[in-house]
Amino acid sequence: MTRTPPHIRMANEIAVQFRHRDPAWAAERIAEHVRAFWDPRMRSMLVADATGATDGRLDPLVLAAAALLSPAPGPVSGQRSSS
Amino acid sequence: MSLIKEQDYGTPARSGEATVAVEIDGKRVRVPEGTSVMRAASECGIDIPKLCATDSLEPFGSCRMCLVDIDGRKGSPASCTTPVAEGMKVRTQTPELAELRRGVMELYISDHPLDCLTCPANGDCELQDMAGQVGLREVRYGFDGENHLDLPTDSTNPYFDFDASKCIACSRCVRACGEVQGTFALTIEGRGFDSKVAAGAGGTFMESDCVSCGACVQACPTSTLQERSVVELGMPNRTVLTTCAYCGVGCSFKAELRGDEVVRMVPYKDGKANEGHSCVKGRFAFGYASHPDRQLKPMVRERITDPWREVEWEEAIGHVARRMLEIQAGHGAGAIGGISSSRCTNEEVYVVQKMVRAAFGNNNVDTCARVCHSPTGYGLKQTYGTSAGTQDFKSVEKADVILLIGANPTDAHPVFASRIKRRLRQGAKIIVADPRRIDLVKSPHVQAEHHLRVRPGTNVALINAMSHVVVTEGLVDREFVAERCEDFADWERFISAPEHSPEAVEEITGVPAAELRAATRLYASAGNATIMYGLGVTEHSQGSTMVMGMANLAMATGNIGREGVGVNPLRGQNNVQGSCDMGSFPHELPGYRHVSDDVVRGTFETLWGRVLDPEPGLRIPNMFDAAIDGTFLGLFVQGEDIAQSDPNTKHVSAALSAMELVVVQDLFLNETSKFAHVFLPGTSFLEKNGTFTNAERRINRVRPVMAPKSGKHEWEIVCEIAQAMGYPMKYDDSAQIMDEIAMTTPTFAGVSFAKLDQVGSVQWPCDDAAPEGTPIMHIDGFVRGRGRFVLTDYVPTQERSTRKFPLILTTGRILSQYNVGAQTRRTGNTAWHPEDVLEMHPHDAEVRGIRDGDTVALTSRVGETGLRVKIDDRMPVGVVYTTFHHPVTGANVVTTENSDWATNCPEYKVTAVQVTLRHPAPAGMV
Repeated sequence: MTRTPPHIRMANEIAVQFRHRDPAWAAERIAEHVRAFWDPRMRSMLVADATGATDGRLDPLVLAAAALLSPAPGPVSGQRSSS
Repeated sequence: MSLIKEQDYGTPARSGEATVAVEIDGKRVRVPEGTSVMRAASECGIDIPKLCATDSLEPFGSCRMCLVDIDGRKGSPASCTTPVAEGMKVRTQTPELAELRRGVMELYISDHPLDCLTCPANGDCELQDMAGQVGLREVRYGFDGENHLDLPTDSTNPYFDFDASKCIACSRCVRACGEVQGTFALTIEGRGFDSKVAAGAGGTFMESDCVSCGACVQACPTSTLQERSVVELGMPNRTVLTTCAYCGVGCSFKAELRGDEVVRMVPYKDGKANEGHSCVKGRFAFGYASHPDRQLKPMVRERITDPWREVEWEEAIGHVARRMLEIQAGHGAGAIGGISSSRCTNEEVYVVQKMVRAAFGNNNVDTCARVCHSPTGYGLKQTYGTSAGTQDFKSVEKADVILLIGANPTDAHPVFASRIKRRLRQGAKIIVADPRRIDLVKSPHVQAEHHLRVRPGTNVALINAMSHVVVTEGLVDREFVAERCEDFADWERFISAPEHSPEAVEEITGVPAAELRAATRLYASAGNATIMYGLGVTEHSQGSTMVMGMANLAMATGNIGREGVGVNPLRGQNNVQGSCDMGSFPHELPGYRHVSDDVVRGTFETLWGRVLDPEPGLRIPNMFDAAIDGTFLGLFVQGEDIAQSDPNTKHVSAALSAMELVVVQDLFLNETSKFAHVFLPGTSFLEKNGTFTNAERRINRVRPVMAPKSGKHEWEIVCEIAQAMGYPMKYDDSAQIMDEIAMTTPTFAGVSFAKLDQVGSVQWPCDDAAPEGTPIMHIDGFVRGRGRFVLTDYVPTQERSTRKFPLILTTGRILSQYNVGAQTRRTGNTAWHPEDVLEMHPHDAEVRGIRDGDTVALTSRVGETGLRVKIDDRMPVGVVYTTFHHPVTGANVVTTENSDWATNCPEYKVTAVQVTLRHPAPAGMV
């Protein structure tokens, strides 16, 4: 079984909490939440995965929120190891 | 410090504004109406002899030692049961009274062993004291008559003996068990000369319902109920006042010692959290602190497959610093982080987050509150503006209705449970929302008005339905809402929708609509209604939503801002509140202020001399994910066994295995240390010098009774790591750390060790506006200004029961054990809970061919473990329950990565599982 990447799973779990709200308002709240609570490297991964995403893995509200998060931050983040 | 003896006024204090003036032995005293003559006398410095009276118990009037003369009254009434009356004149010392008392004492002593010199209570025996006080010199009856001197001693309890030969049948133990503890395990059986204390139905203490809280031992005026440690070690000769290191009640204790050896822990009567009561853990289970398993030397190894090598402190600290810097050099500043512990002091936690932020240069710091009450922090901050409960514990004495949700205080917060039970006996009502029939649903003198047997994972549907009833049945406190709250209109529209009605959600929650409506009416119509909740609220995929839902309900009914009301988290560990207050979360600096706040960050940057990262860091689950992803490689773990306590053990193990450096600071080698490269010995609470903050925001002193066994305080070790990494961080003592906390954190501005030593304890906020602290929050307004109503959609958890995994597992605690059991498993408490068991409804067991005591396989989609079954109809059909105190069973092998959407608090309370028979129990066990 392929494991859904954590940042995608978590973003979709946030989005579903706002599914009955106005989409624009919801996207702002989701972006606000991610900005306040997520480490920059997770935000970067989310933004990268959302950019041009068409595979349906991300909730449309997440895609809208990710657009509000760009450009991706990341000054203090760890880097992917080569291994 | 010598042995501290609190004054015993004989009978409890009475409250009320009306007072009465009386004259006792020529002294005039004014006391509240209803006060006993005995207490009034004590308050003006006159001690009347007594045996059956003590001020933690209602007067009983049986011993006849406290007789007094009252002008105008016939005979010599018992002063303990006689209330004062205006103008009353009392004489406590007359030749006639002295003769009466001597006569009574003579009878007691005629049936009591004359072994004072060898008795363990010698010097601490009220019978001995009273015999001296009344001047008893002879026993005219001799000692050869019928007596109780050959009665046996019950030594079945691991911690105390019951020596019936020394019992004077004063009933203090029986009354303490009922009035103080609320268990009613003891009774007096027989009549007259045959009267004797009996546990349960006449069996041993261990066979009875006794919960070993120690209230009976505390109340006993002789050596009948005696701590075995006193028998073995002798009477203590000095006291150190300190705070229990178990649950979030944070009881104050007198550590009583001989030299540096703790003889016993005695609950402190003036401790505001516990007022002289205790539970089996705090009272007796302190032996782990001197257990031979304690690892007292630092250890290092290159690979986790290598054997440990004991080293000196300098080498261990240097190794940690060098490896952390190497990882950062190779993988970035954010590749390392730390986890602080709710078992450590505020001062120890503060320096960990400071080390991470200032020396590591990132915000990758989190705390074990992540996996318990992080949704409380989020939910109450969103709605009320601060991440803490609203009341003090004493407030429950003013509650008319208690709504208890997802908490089992008799097991997890036993001393507070005793307060709840006392209030229920006084007439308050309780509504319990819990899948299990916990003791506060039905037990002696407790009968819940409503038991809302909510299905795991459906709390939000339940709370929304309660609010729906409040709004649609005209139960809103409109005046409160208009004056104090915002966003009510939107919320009212939302919650009034038919999909939130009790009838609409009955299929989801399993709670009958009529019952839910009745319970809501009771809550909303009470004069004072309070919400108490635990991890059954927070450890869900919608834990934060549920906290906000409860906050909405309390605001809508005006149950905020005075005694007897509020929304109150029952914190699991001793310093969960404090570890959160101290800035342990990756997005918050001390005082719950976001790292992106330039002004707040500037305060710390100026003081600490480092530029701080304005971005949030990794939470614990994110650290694990990043470790597996290869971006997070160095971790400092303070006093938390994440490999046992955190969900999905396989995932945690994989993450820890992937790291290049894991540093564990703890008392014992534990599950996490199996993945560690450095082990740094920690200190027990008996060695710590600092403060804990309990669930009611009460900051209490933790005072050392001995020097650190490892040679260093934990905060010193952390400071030395930071210094070895190139960041100067030094304090002379832990009081200096608190001074820095007070300097930087507004809610702690008025806190210092000197203040705490002076006043005992304070509840934050403690500042110029509230120099003695703040017992009740949000009295004149919410911390955020107006209380905010938040829309709380119910979203079902993704964890569903299926044909393959048809049962729902929920996990929790048991009274005698604590968290991962590292402490309690190394005490006599294993007598009650030697292993984790799986509680299962008889129906679920029968259809699987499982009998009580059988060993079963417990399987979820992420793992499998084995444990024995306990069949119990307190479980609902379809739900099974276990604890996570033992690494052998490792309950978290089966729990999943599902977590609260807002905080990533794991969804421990909902795991789809199957249970299958593995080994039938041996015939004798069934």
